[in-house]
Amino acid sequence: MSTAQVATLPVPPQLPARGLRLEAPVSLALPLAIFFVAFVLVPFMLLAFVSLHEDNGLKTMGFAQYIKFFGDSFNLSVLGDTLLLGLKVTLLTILIGYPLAYLYVNAPARWQTLLMLLILLPLLTSSVVRTFAWVVILGRQGIINTLLLDLGWVDAPLKLLYTPGAVTVALAQIELPLMVLPLITSLMNVDPNLRQASLSLGAGHWRTFMQVTVPLSVPGLLAGSLLVFASAVSAFVTQTLVGGGQQIFMPFYMYQQAIQANEYPFAAAIAMVLLLCVLVIVTVINAIGRRSKGFVHA
Amino acid sequence: MPDPIRASKPIRSESWSSLVERRSFRTVMGALAAVSLILLLAPTVIVIIASFTSAFSLKFPPPGYSTRWYLALWNESPEIIAAFKLSLQLASIATGISVVLAVAAAMALARRREQWARGLEAMFLSPLMLPTLALGLALLMLVNLAGTGLSFWTLVIGHIAITSPYIVRTTTASLVQLDRSLLESARSLGASGWFTFRTVTLPLIAPGIAAGAFIAFMYSFDNVAVSLFLSDARSEVLPIRMWHIIESNLDVRAAAVSGVLIAATLILMLVMERLVGVSRHVR
Repeated sequence: MSTAQVATLPVPPQLPARGLRLEAPVSLALPLAIFFVAFVLVPFMLLAFVSLHEDNGLKTMGFAQYIKFFGDSFNLSVLGDTLLLGLKVTLLTILIGYPLAYLYVNAPARWQTLLMLLILLPLLTSSVVRTFAWVVILGRQGIINTLLLDLGWVDAPLKLLYTPGAVTVALAQIELPLMVLPLITSLMNVDPNLRQASLSLGAGHWRTFMQVTVPLSVPGLLAGSLLVFASAVSAFVTQTLVGGGQQIFMPFYMYQQAIQANEYPFAAAIAMVLLLCVLVIVTVINAIGRRSKGFVHA
Repeated sequence: MPDPIRASKPIRSESWSSLVERRSFRTVMGALAAVSLILLLAPTVIVIIASFTSAFSLKFPPPGYSTRWYLALWNESPEIIAAFKLSLQLASIATGISVVLAVAAAMALARRREQWARGLEAMFLSPLMLPTLALGLALLMLVNLAGTGLSFWTLVIGHIAITSPYIVRTTTASLVQLDRSLLESARSLGASGWFTFRTVTLPLIAPGIAAGAFIAFMYSFDNVAVSLFLSDARSEVLPIRMWHIIESNLDVRAAAVSGVLIAATLILMLVMERLVGVSRHVR
């Protein structure tokens, strides 16, 4: 009996570290947690609460603001335009961002450093500055109009600024690094042998690209899309300066209703609609991302 | 684009159609990558050229070159200089507080797999995804409810909320890569928890923290959405000042400000890349 007890004495698995705490205490997360509860979570709950009031004095509760939002075709078109803008910008960044990421991954190490700096510089440069650059490029006296006039292709300067196309292109340029960086990470993890195998088995470069490289980089593609979409739909500065007063997107609409019209409950409802749309899209893309990761590693 | 495929190629001579196929792939990908690179760089280059114009409008290409707008910015634009100083102050204070809060939180959460820890981390990272304008509006409502009124400190609070996620992210990534056996040896040789942190953990994760702090600083310096709701009438930060200039009369001084910001960003980025390797921490 006693010998059996001795034999089954539990041996601690990590003997040297026993009694020594390697983990930092949980309480270290407390200050930031309190800050976030007080200044992120509570404000968003307040936003939801305010949006559920029918009057600006916050006396009667109800869904009046949401009924007002979804009952008016103008509001719906603002929402539609905003989501469509996010989609167009995302697709455009994929189209021009993918080849750049592909170039980076296949470039020699020396060039990679330079390329990385070229990709990072715009990301770190103030987005107001980058938006301003587009105002200079697309203006009546901008480089494109000067070029077109000099070539004699047009007689009068074209109106390029304040058009839907201008907002899309400017935003795609501004958000491009957000697409390229996750794509590079993802493409770096693709085993080059797979591509080689596909090529030596007779698939062409296009087929190898479409059927081997692209499917294996889906996680990066989704991560990039998520970042670009979320930034594009809420890019207040670019939307207002390149889009002008004719095109209204959700962020400006919210700002206008809150600050200029003092319609706080309605502004809160606009914010909630935008927030929920972004949350739904983020959740859906994340769910696809988890499935695609399983697919990539299988 | 050097391709590893090339080396193993000449087993059989290439047929005409596969040559076309290969060339077309390289051409299309190369052309798109070139467009993308030009698109990345052109706006920055154009703004710098435009800022040296001698004219009163932002005509491009400029009719003549001078440094008059930089001089005008330096000599006759106290309101822009004041906005610049305020932004610098705001970004420094917000980043400083964010570093302390975010590094502590990352230390506590980095290696925990529990549900609550994941949830907490998701909350800390959420401002990266959510429209910051909505956060600005929500915080304004909180300030109105509390009745404290807007001040420099409401701005600081808003900026901590949007900058700390970047530092949480880069610090967590550094902590996850940290070799645990180093901590084990330090502790088993008798070092206290705090001593281990100071002499082992901190030096190893410092580049990650610095990279996160750098990105956070730049982001705070650039933010319009949160500042728009949270600044009082007296404090106008630089990006909002710029937004007003571009929106109203398109003053050429905006180009000079942009030139200064681009130069400062480039220098800071090169220094930070040399010191901590920012590019390794952004992915």
